[in-house]
Amino acid sequence: MALRLADYKTDVHNDWCPGCGDFGIVNAIQMALAEMGVRRDKAAIFSGIGCSGKTSHYINTYGVHTLHGRVLTFAQGAKLANPEMTILAVGGDGDGLGIGAGHFVAAGRRNIDMTYVIFDNGVYGLTKGQASPTLKLGEKTKSLPSPNTNHSVNPIGLAVASGFTFVARGYSYDVRHLKYLLTQAVRHRGLSFLDVLQPCPTYNDINTRDWYAGKDLMKESLERHNRIYRLEDTKYDPTVNYDDQAENNRHLSQALTKSLEWGERIPTGVFYSNELTGPYSDRIRDKIPNYTENPPARQSIARADGTSNTNLEEILDSLEV
Amino acid sequence: METDLTWMMGGPQGSGVESGANIFSQVCAEAGYHIFGKREFYSNIKGEHSYFAVRVTDGVTHSSTSGADLLAAFDAETVFRHYDDVHGGGGGIIYNSEIERIGTERVHTLDGPFVERLHRRLDESGAERTVAGALQCARSRGVSLYPVPFKEILARLAERTGDPKLGGFVRLYNTIAVTLSLRLLGMPAAPLRNSVAKIFAKKPAVSDINVQAATLAYDALDTYADAASTQAARRLRGPGQREPHTILVQGYQGTALGKMAAGCRFQAYYPITPASDESVYMETHEIIDVIDDRPGSTAVIQTEDEICAIGMTIGSVLTGTRSATCTSGPGFSLMNESLGWAGINEVPIVITDYQRSGPATGLPTRHGQDDLLSVVFAGHGEFPRIVYASGSVEESFYDTGRCFNYAEEFQVPLIHMMDKFLANTVQTCRRFDPQRVEIRRGRLLGEAAAVSDRTAGEAAGAAGDGHDGGSGEEEASPAYHRFAFTEDGISPRAKLGMDDFIFWNTGDESDETGHITEDPILRTRMMEKRMSRLDLILDRMPAGEQALEVISGQAHDHDDDDDDDEGDDRTGGARPITAITWGSATGPARDAVEMLRRQDGIRARLIQVKLLHPFPTRRVAELLQSDGREDRIVVDIESNYSGQLGTLLAQNMGLRVDHYILKYSGRGMTCTEIHDTLKKIADGTAEKREVLMYGA
Ligand SMILES: Cc1ncc(C[n+]2csc(CCOP(=O)(O)OP(=O)(O)O)c2C)c(N)n1
Ligand code: SF4
Ligand SMILES: [Mg+2]
Repeated sequence: MALRLADYKTDVHNDWCPGCGDFGIVNAIQMALAEMGVRRDKAAIFSGIGCSGKTSHYINTYGVHTLHGRVLTFAQGAKLANPEMTILAVGGDGDGLGIGAGHFVAAGRRNIDMTYVIFDNGVYGLTKGQASPTLKLGEKTKSLPSPNTNHSVNPIGLAVASGFTFVARGYSYDVRHLKYLLTQAVRHRGLSFLDVLQPCPTYNDINTRDWYAGKDLMKESLERHNRIYRLEDTKYDPTVNYDDQAENNRHLSQALTKSLEWGERIPTGVFYSNELTGPYSDRIRDKIPNYTENPPARQSIARADGTSNTNLEEILDSLEV
Repeated sequence: METDLTWMMGGPQGSGVESGANIFSQVCAEAGYHIFGKREFYSNIKGEHSYFAVRVTDGVTHSSTSGADLLAAFDAETVFRHYDDVHGGGGGIIYNSEIERIGTERVHTLDGPFVERLHRRLDESGAERTVAGALQCARSRGVSLYPVPFKEILARLAERTGDPKLGGFVRLYNTIAVTLSLRLLGMPAAPLRNSVAKIFAKKPAVSDINVQAATLAYDALDTYADAASTQAARRLRGPGQREPHTILVQGYQGTALGKMAAGCRFQAYYPITPASDESVYMETHEIIDVIDDRPGSTAVIQTEDEICAIGMTIGSVLTGTRSATCTSGPGFSLMNESLGWAGINEVPIVITDYQRSGPATGLPTRHGQDDLLSVVFAGHGEFPRIVYASGSVEESFYDTGRCFNYAEEFQVPLIHMMDKFLANTVQTCRRFDPQRVEIRRGRLLGEAAAVSDRTAGEAAGAAGDGHDGGSGEEEASPAYHRFAFTEDGISPRAKLGMDDFIFWNTGDESDETGHITEDPILRTRMMEKRMSRLDLILDRMPAGEQALEVISGQAHDHDDDDDDDEGDDRTGGARPITAITWGSATGPARDAVEMLRRQDGIRARLIQVKLLHPFPTRRVAELLQSDGREDRIVVDIESNYSGQLGTLLAQNMGLRVDHYILKYSGRGMTCTEIHDTLKKIADGTAEKREVLMYGA
């Protein structure tokens, strides 16, 4: 039975503010799953806490709404135990780059085959608009009593430095492009990261839809001056093409440099892609040869009579005196 | 018991005290004796003082005693720390004679408060502040001294092997000290050589040198020590009476092997003493031989912190995999928030908590049972959990299997309480029997009936959709509700990835499907659904697994070897003692109560509480009253400051214990000190709260 887009939607009431960028992201996820034909019962959306955290309830696959900052920990455990699952972890910028930043870095080092999407709105939406880790120094969004006193973190740069092997940026109002990036990210063998620029019309009155559209840059002419452009439309090549340290270093530095571009022009698309660094499961397989066929979730642990089927005789023999 | 002696060896950390003690224990165990060894060490890698005390008996024991019969010392600090531990009249000290002239000022690892106490003791005895002075004090108490020049043994080894470097190879001092000890205790040479070879089996060159050193040292005792005093030394009276199928285990192996047998196939952890040994051991044995099936495996994952460890564990359990994490107090504190998530989502994770002394980092490598209340009340909000404690290494193997069953049958997070005392015990016990480990998975969907559910028969199954656990292949159900209301409050549990059993989880309150709700009526019902689990646990868990009478007060009970209970009558009209305890305090309490009954003829018994939460009020009350005595003296024995089990007894049963025997020095309890205190209690000379302090 072919799955349609509607099959991936739940009838749970969606309580995001009208015009919130989150809608576009959920739509893109549903579209990507439908397009790839991922079976609903073989996919799980793990989410953090925040407005963005509610995503898992709106998608009709397994959905696990976790704790603030901890989404990657739950998601990685599930994927390790049952590698058959297609796992998407989603959450806010505060969730993933503030309280959960340690897990972000550690996840990059592991490179488990799954996808992580950050809803990057520059604010803590659900707690009423405090500064998030991606808000620029000195900016004062609507509900801040005074301008932001911290430097912002660079999500793309941090992902590249941490070891994510697919790093991209999307824009929540460009749903088709976002869907395209999501399919790339899910198909990527390894940990993929998507930084999604997500206007929060309620609290972030700086990085608004109009701002991304470059309305403020329209001078005398009425010509649009979109800040957002796609790397695909340039000569940028994100892919590490052969297994060589120098080749990889070149692409890492290129991605890092590109990630610094912000202001009048904001790149979206794939910054870095490397499938030559194998995912974590390769490293487990080096130690446990039948891990893929017989992962933890597949293993039988009892005999027909309900007692343990683990054979400890050899170990116990060695302990016997 | 004919043989009951304690051998002690100390040395700087990293000098092989542990492998030396392993050789000693192995030899004695192979010779048929029972072993109860404990290890004490600093939070340090190299240089600070560590020691091992090994009790060797020809009957089963459950604890260490205070003091030592034979001390083996190759460095000065060991003498300074322990010369006073050695019993006068038969006790002995074997030592490296080259250290005699070393004064306390040259041993920089002796810390201030200890040096002060040491100097006071030496000065009071008029002894000089040197190793020789300390040894003199011991001798004046009737301790025999056996000086042996260790360097000369190395010199002979160098000569014999033609390798001059070995003349300075002090790494061999541990093997030499152990060999001399065993020789003095009357052990033959052959089993010693075998054990040395076995312990170093993975490194043939090292093994060879150690065997040669042992051979030379064995004969050296006669050369250096005078025959009269070696003849007078205490000896192992053998041969020991070992039952067939005895194993020599390290404490952490009980839960590690228990997890493997229980089918735990995923463990995430962050390194912490004394918990990580368990995970490392599991990873060492990560490939698992499975009866009539392809090999299995445990994915053991070292995470970036304990928050990730518990998060991964939860994620893995959601796939239907039996999974656990293992930690100690500081790590457990970090897990609190996620524990609550597992509680509200009814996820049966198992957390093994090897307690140590807190708070904060406290005494990182020392013992304590001070986390009981923190674990019982951990996390914000109210949610059901099980807290279960093992009292011995052997128990911990079987308890681990039960813990996974409880967690899955009742769909609650479970914390299995262990501690440093258990982790660092080396002990002989009956070979573990994995066949006795039952796997009961409760209402987990998609499992064969046999491995499922003892609660299923009684249960009403899921409301409406007709599913119950354990019915093999499940039919597709568009109406599957993970948190369906059922008669007993337990819903069928699907796994991530099952066809057509899609569910949602959330840390928010949820409806039956797992979607967020803030509805007051639904919230109330959901709270009641979850919290009713606590009564269900008490109803369904066999009473004998909740709490037990380890030593009964009856005259005709099953004592280890004899029925010498007429002694009880000597108590006359005195009030009988009921000791009550939990976790690792059980072993020493058990031996102490036994001593009280046999040596002093005092009527006494011991109750061990294993289920600490929900608190088994009914069962404990039954056990307490089973002696039919209103005048019993209730004594709470545990290793913490406030008597936390006592707090639970008061809170749940309104019971105020009469006395506390507590210890919070960071060292494990010995049966000797508990016995002495119980005697005071029986005499009526004890304080309400007695604090133990034995141990360097
Ligand atoms: C441990 C903890 N601290 C604080 C909170 C409160 N809290 C809820 S959402 C949130 C921030 C959400 O911001 P972000 O992650 O950027 O998500 P957004 O709402 O913007 O999508 C905070 C701090 C919490 N739930 N848990
Ligand atoms: S607060 Fe912002 S992020 Fe949250 S739902 Fe409203 S618009 Fe969206
Ligand atoms: Mg945000």
